[in-house]
Amino acid sequence: MKQLSRILTVDLSKRSFRIEDRSDLFYNYLGGSGVGIKLLEENCPKGADPLGPENPIIFSIGPLVGLYPLASKTVSMFKSPLTGNLGESHAGGRSAISIRSADFGAIVIKGKSSSPIYLSISGEGVRFKDASALWGIMNSITTGRIVRELEPGSGIRTIMRIGGAGERLVRYACVTTETYRHFGRLGLGAVFGSKKLKAVCVHGNHSVDAANPVDYRSTYDEIYQKAIASPLMRKYHDYGTAANVMPLSAMKGLPTKNLTVSGSEEAENISGEELAENHLGRRVACAHCPVACIHIAALRVPYEKERFFYKTLMIPYDYELIYALGSMVGVFDLEGMLKLIDEVEIFGIDAMSTGVVLAWATEAQIRGLITEEETLGLRLNWGDYETYIQAVRNIVTQPNKFYQYLAGGVEAASRRYGGTEYALAFGGNEMPGYHTGPVSLVSFLVGSRHSHLDAGGYGLDQSILGGEEQPMNESVKKLLKEESWRQILSSLVVCFFARKIYDPETVIKTLEVAGTSMTKEDLDRLGLQILILKNKFKAREGFNPDELRIPDRVFETPSARGQIEEKEVTNAIQEYYKLLYNLEN
Amino acid sequence: MPQKKRLEVVDSERCVGCQLCMFACNRRFGSGGLAKSAIRVRSTGGIERGFVVIVCRACQDPPCLKTCPVDALRYREGGGVVLDSSKCIGCGRCVDACPIGAVLWDSENNKPDICVHCGYCVPYCPHEVLALKEVSP
Repeated sequence: MKQLSRILTVDLSKRSFRIEDRSDLFYNYLGGSGVGIKLLEENCPKGADPLGPENPIIFSIGPLVGLYPLASKTVSMFKSPLTGNLGESHAGGRSAISIRSADFGAIVIKGKSSSPIYLSISGEGVRFKDASALWGIMNSITTGRIVRELEPGSGIRTIMRIGGAGERLVRYACVTTETYRHFGRLGLGAVFGSKKLKAVCVHGNHSVDAANPVDYRSTYDEIYQKAIASPLMRKYHDYGTAANVMPLSAMKGLPTKNLTVSGSEEAENISGEELAENHLGRRVACAHCPVACIHIAALRVPYEKERFFYKTLMIPYDYELIYALGSMVGVFDLEGMLKLIDEVEIFGIDAMSTGVVLAWATEAQIRGLITEEETLGLRLNWGDYETYIQAVRNIVTQPNKFYQYLAGGVEAASRRYGGTEYALAFGGNEMPGYHTGPVSLVSFLVGSRHSHLDAGGYGLDQSILGGEEQPMNESVKKLLKEESWRQILSSLVVCFFARKIYDPETVIKTLEVAGTSMTKEDLDRLGLQILILKNKFKAREGFNPDELRIPDRVFETPSARGQIEEKEVTNAIQEYYKLLYNLEN
Repeated sequence: MPQKKRLEVVDSERCVGCQLCMFACNRRFGSGGLAKSAIRVRSTGGIERGFVVIVCRACQDPPCLKTCPVDALRYREGGGVVLDSSKCIGCGRCVDACPIGAVLWDSENNKPDICVHCGYCVPYCPHEVLALKEVSP
């Protein structure tokens, strides 16, 4: 039977491509993160400039795509222009099924185009399309609309594109796909921009074999039933991730006003409940997902000068956006928050990084580190979303040095202007919305992508809050184990929200249908191996855990689990790497 | 005699674009992907505006049938057509003839994908967008 094997490599400098059979890679590393890190190793020279032609963009999918529900993600790998190290970001939409239908397991994009370009990829190969007329279109939604009308495959394609932020090389620009999904974190959009690559459209019409049709249908129905009927995904089903706003605020784990506090009585105004009950306008799903966690608010905005004329904006929201562009910058006016989200969406910038950067700039201005000379007359203040919208535009267009620094991320900006003690980034990546306690903090610091989703440490903090006895060395072991297992899920490109459905037993059964036999031990070993490969890549590119900067603020503001002790965190970091490298040997 | 049935798009405004119906249709053949799927969900000009569901509406006088040069399509009782693959030469005229775009194409086999109104997709729609209904006489 036919399995994932073909890799498409595109050279933008030469406008050429080749298709190779790399069954070896998929046999050994499944797909997604596993194949992605191997391809990054192969294609990214040591010390590569993240915005240079030598930095490759890798998209990879896994063996369950097209066969089973919720295996719907595409993994991107690249060297991050934000952190200067491992860049990995996952997105759904229709990206995974489109790549699979074009009969590719991975796509590697190298080089740099001399003029703006977009790629039209099908099973047969690549067409290089002039994008000179698209370059300069700041709105990522408009870009999508234009490519949509130019390209075939309506309904069975993905259109990945950048907005103004990617073009202007904002180091945390994202790549947007299917309007509402993003390769959000770590700046893939800027890598697109550096290559003059405006969009990538992928479509195809290839089938996906199942080893045994009878087992296929029965395992399918099991998973489908679990996804629609069991409580395993209920949280994402009803209010979506926004369900977290109220509980996190109540437990004092919701970073607010640059984490000067960790919760607010006003959180109710921007809660998942408020949004769902009064503003939710539509629900949308990634391809092959019965949950439809994508929540979109309908916002009716009157014209400024004409009575009874309205536009209706459809603005997506998720917990992380509400944290970053709501509580973190003190915006508790729901409509104001949605307008700020809309601005960020249009330009195609990572919402989390943007919110943290704005929050740092606000505090720096309040404390007098920066003045209106730097901000070009803006007075940033908690809750003032209109000024934040102006600031977002400036971050994208970068009219002066100050905004250039803001476009470089909070690490770069605070190194230049001061205020590092409240510049909330870990490993160079801006903070996610969880100040739950020491375990989440350790998890941001040691996670291979410095993402809350690497190992979900915030969940462990919450279990401990719920009464579970768990000394830090136990938590560290659990983080390592969890991040290893998640390498398997992200190699299969199963959505992490479905992690409770895809337990090891289910993974083994589904892999069997996809033509691969693996035991639980095989999977555990491979998960750890992929995690080690990622950490090795980071070490190769200069990452040193001893140099991890921890902003003082996280120790000053009490977390959900109270004041965090610095020593406990630094010891845990050492413990983690000791454990990881022992296992490697 | 039992009434003939046809697949009906009850309310495409409820559609969330998950495409589970498309995958279900393909699964009838025991395989994954979408190459053999006879139903298509696409956005209404951008996902922000919702979705349309495109599938054969079981015409009583199907234009696809009339255009087939080799009689590979025959009338299905209850409306629409049934394909005889062995006769089909893959000319694609049926695709062009269908004004609603409901004749999809299996490019691996060079044959049309046409809904047979079996209803296999219906229970996989989590939001009751689709229904199998009796054709009124």
